[in-house]
Amino acid sequence: MREADTPDAVIDPVDREIINALHGGFPLTDRPYRDAAENLGLTEDELIRRLESMLERRVLTRFGPLFQIERIGGAFVLAALKVPETDFERVNAVVNAFPEVAHNYRREHALNMWFVLATETPDGIAQAISRIETATGMPVYAFPKEREYFVELNLRA
Amino acid sequence: MPDPGDSRVQPGELERRLIVATQAGLPLSARPYHVLAEAIGTTAADVQQCLLKMMQSGIIRRIGAVPNHYAIGYRANGMTVWDVSDDQIDELGDRVGALDFVSHCYRRPRQLPDWPYNLFAMVHAASRDEVETKAGKISALLGTACSARDILYSTRLLKKTGLRISP
Repeated sequence: MREADTPDAVIDPVDREIINALHGGFPLTDRPYRDAAENLGLTEDELIRRLESMLERRVLTRFGPLFQIERIGGAFVLAALKVPETDFERVNAVVNAFPEVAHNYRREHALNMWFVLATETPDGIAQAISRIETATGMPVYAFPKEREYFVELNLRA
Repeated sequence: MPDPGDSRVQPGELERRLIVATQAGLPLSARPYHVLAEAIGTTAADVQQCLLKMMQSGIIRRIGAVPNHYAIGYRANGMTVWDVSDDQIDELGDRVGALDFVSHCYRRPRQLPDWPYNLFAMVHAASRDEVETKAGKISALLGTACSARDILYSTRLLKKTGLRISP
């Protein structure tokens, strides 16, 4: 079985090293790429080109700051839909068009579409859910987190 | 573990503009903080200072690369879900979250009758077999406190943009 949208990307040992070294701690200096590149034995240009290429090939989904929106009064909520197979592509397009949808995965279950809503205010979540229900004609199952036991493992490349 | 919602801070105007300017990513040019400074009308030193402050206060979790799990070899992504008795879930949740192969672990509400599960633990591995093995370890840890379980494998990444707030 084909797993989630596997990019046909090939990563070489240098890409791998960049991903592992730049998980966090990117320098806040005037020439941060040069400073980070030095530790990797690369030139500034090489590092920038490799990051560009990995973003293009979707080996990286982003390069930059990761925000915890809860800290500034915002909210993240996991939500799911039970989408009939025949209607999946339409509903996918409708759901993804919402800027509040930060990511979205198809999963094997009757609840087959799982997405995370991220909004600047807690009220924004309820509004987004209600607009998604109207736009899709389906009930949204919301799974707000009640407690966080652990988050954000550094997966080694 | 403390809830991250406990210590809210109000973002200033500069913070907010920086979030908007960097939510799609950091500029890939030699002087990215200068590029940002120009875009939001301040100095590079202010941008660096502000980013540092946001890291210290936890608004920014980290600055770096966000890999696509599949591309770096974690081909199987299983959202393991468990129905754990309410009086034991917090103790057990902390222990499941401490397992080195669990990347996210949360307590979430059940949605009866469709959804009896209240503990969510994300497991990434090279194969489904490996996810099953790891889920077996979670199962052993939960023991009789758990009355039902499932694993929802992702079969397609439909969208991954991260946070987007409007300017």
